[in-house]
Amino acid sequence: MIETNDLSKQFNNDFWAVDGVNLCVEPGKILALLGQNGAGKTTTVRMLTALLKPTRGWARVAGYDVTKNPQAIRANVGVLTEQHGLYMRMTGEEYLEFFGKVYELTPRARKARSDYLLQYFGIAEAAQRRCGEYSKGMKQKLALARALMHDPSVLLLDEPTSAMDPESSRLVRDEIARLRSSQRTIIICTHNLAEAEALADSIAIIYRGKILLNGTLDELKHVVLGPVEYEARFAHSFDAGDLNLPNGVTLASRSADSMRFRVEAPQAVNPLLVHALASRNAPLVSFQEVPRKLEQVYLKTMAEAQGVTYAA
Amino acid sequence: MRHNLSSIWMVAQREFTDQFRDWRIVVPMFLLVTLFPFIADDTTRQAVSFMNRFGGSLILDNLIPFVVLVIGFFPLSFTLVVALESFVGEKERGTIEPLLSSPMEDRHMYLGKLLVGITTPLVFSFISIGIYLILVARRDVAFPGPYMLTLILLLTFAHAVLMVSSAIVISVQATTIRAANLLASFVVVPVAFLLQGETILIFWGNEDVLWYAIIGVTLLATLLVRLGLSHFRREYLLGREIDTINLKWIARTFSGRFKGDATSIREWYRKEVPISLRELRQPLIIVIGLGLTAGIVSYLWVVKNVPAYVDLSPDRIGEFRTFIADNLNNLDSLGRQLPAPALFFHNARTTVAFLLLGLVSFGTLGLTLFIGNIALVGGVMGAAQLVGYSPLLAFGAGILPHGIFELSAIFLATAAMLKVGAQLVTPQPDKGLGEIFLIALADWFRVFVGIVVPFLAIAAVIEIYLTPVLIKLAFPYL
Repeated sequence: MIETNDLSKQFNNDFWAVDGVNLCVEPGKILALLGQNGAGKTTTVRMLTALLKPTRGWARVAGYDVTKNPQAIRANVGVLTEQHGLYMRMTGEEYLEFFGKVYELTPRARKARSDYLLQYFGIAEAAQRRCGEYSKGMKQKLALARALMHDPSVLLLDEPTSAMDPESSRLVRDEIARLRSSQRTIIICTHNLAEAEALADSIAIIYRGKILLNGTLDELKHVVLGPVEYEARFAHSFDAGDLNLPNGVTLASRSADSMRFRVEAPQAVNPLLVHALASRNAPLVSFQEVPRKLEQVYLKTMAEAQGVTYAA
Repeated sequence: MRHNLSSIWMVAQREFTDQFRDWRIVVPMFLLVTLFPFIADDTTRQAVSFMNRFGGSLILDNLIPFVVLVIGFFPLSFTLVVALESFVGEKERGTIEPLLSSPMEDRHMYLGKLLVGITTPLVFSFISIGIYLILVARRDVAFPGPYMLTLILLLTFAHAVLMVSSAIVISVQATTIRAANLLASFVVVPVAFLLQGETILIFWGNEDVLWYAIIGVTLLATLLVRLGLSHFRREYLLGREIDTINLKWIARTFSGRFKGDATSIREWYRKEVPISLRELRQPLIIVIGLGLTAGIVSYLWVVKNVPAYVDLSPDRIGEFRTFIADNLNNLDSLGRQLPAPALFFHNARTTVAFLLLGLVSFGTLGLTLFIGNIALVGGVMGAAQLVGYSPLLAFGAGILPHGIFELSAIFLATAAMLKVGAQLVTPQPDKGLGEIFLIALADWFRVFVGIVVPFLAIAAVIEIYLTPVLIKLAFPYL
């Protein structure tokens, strides 16, 4: 589990890189930390791995306090850093062997874990080649293998699929999802919003060191974009006239052959809404939720934070 | 212990692998080690032939130890390459962060890298020396004995530790190889001076004098290793923008410490200066102890040994006394020859020189200069005794009146300088090296501006206008 309270970091006594971050990620859950470059994601991760000491507030990772038990935290956390951090003149196998030793695995465990990870990520054939000869994607896979080498209960992954081809990205995403199902606690820092949307149980948007939003994707959509919208499409032009809308429904927009409704409680209200349309003999072709992406949430939040108008 | 060693070895082993797989390190090192001894051997042959024809026995007798020192030094220049590559290179390439995220301890990482930084260039250095000695053994030239060779090898080892530990300190302050390379001149230039000094010792001193160089370099290297150990911390290594100079922050940190909480000069003198003085208690005890020891030992040494070298017959002593009397007769015009402000500036400059020397040597060189100055006072007292004057009277009349202020100021400035050196090599988990340096400097300036400057000003006035009068009163027969 990862828990932070008022977690803050000041550099040079004048710049707050992270300011009052409150997060809670339970085992078996993934939090996606989104934000611009320099927003404070890496500093937050570094505090969670006990690499940087918080200036204010506290954080507990895998049951340990980051200030009081830094060594225990490092032993229980797997980190994929922003740069892959491979030693270019070591072979893939040597690299994992080295980190196995660093994490004090037995020789047998090192070999077994290294073989498994190299096999899993499809780089077993390149295990004897030097890392400098690897493609970008292979380097990223090896770096991820290193983060998983000691089978950590908490994973902090910075851009886990950057530079990977679609197949490899899929493989890594599957692995992350598998790790979640084995009750790992995971934080992903990413600029890939589709990936965050696909993987994360909750999302936090950080801007200039402060968390602007934190919640599930649905909660974020509701907060930023308002209630869910549903669109009714008609076979031909239809004038609903003075349509009597059920409580909790407002008309968002209309065109000749469609209408959009903002619905507070779709489960309860949608049947009534469809009934209302049908009672007016509306030539209804389809009635469905208007898809809203995390990208819209993110861009609108950022635009508001920067005081500029969000163009949908 | 076993765990510590195995962690250090793990880091070192990886670094060795990395080094020996990089032809850009191995090839130049191999060429230097195998070719340079042959070039040096031929140069020795030519030098020997030249000096056999035209003379120069002093150089000829010490030529091989000198060449051994130089040959040993060349591969050591790789310590900088290896150390900077190993520390800053890792930072720049981002390979250090996975390591820092692991449970490995900071000191294990530091010592592992230090071991590699020292070992490889040192082994190449010793191989190079070995090849040269085999080559030169066939020449008709004075071959150094095992004692001298041992001293040179020890000195080479001390150089390696000094250079690597300095390079590591530089590495901690830089985030790019470029920045580290630019900072490397802070290692290369002083070591070049050091080598020149050692050369002088080889040619002009005896073998035993080299021990001073070995002890001095080892002491400095030990302090640098301690400095590196205390600042090689995850927190600091991943700190932001340590390459950049933030003038605003520098000014704020320095003035914040210098002023303290005081809002007026009166309050500063009443509250802040006493705090600084209290903090100086420990270094002041050390400085007073060393000063007294230096003064007394020097006095005793002069009294005991100088008569063996100097003719102190009654006639000669008479000449000395006449010479002293002639000089003291001019004391009346001292104020015209040496105005008090000039004396004040000279003394103030000396205390600043103590600080500057102390800064580059963690207090040791500044302390050496201080000991030398006090030893000089002791020596003068010894000389006074030898020519028949009471040393106590000479001290009481000639030094004490202004010395109450001047010596107090110098003792305090030296203690403050020693504290700066101690602060630099003392781990302070919440502060970076830059911040520690600024705070230490501000502490020194507090003592300098608050006490040393006024004391030196008073001492200068007394020395020019009162001391000559007192000397004349104490020695009316002069």
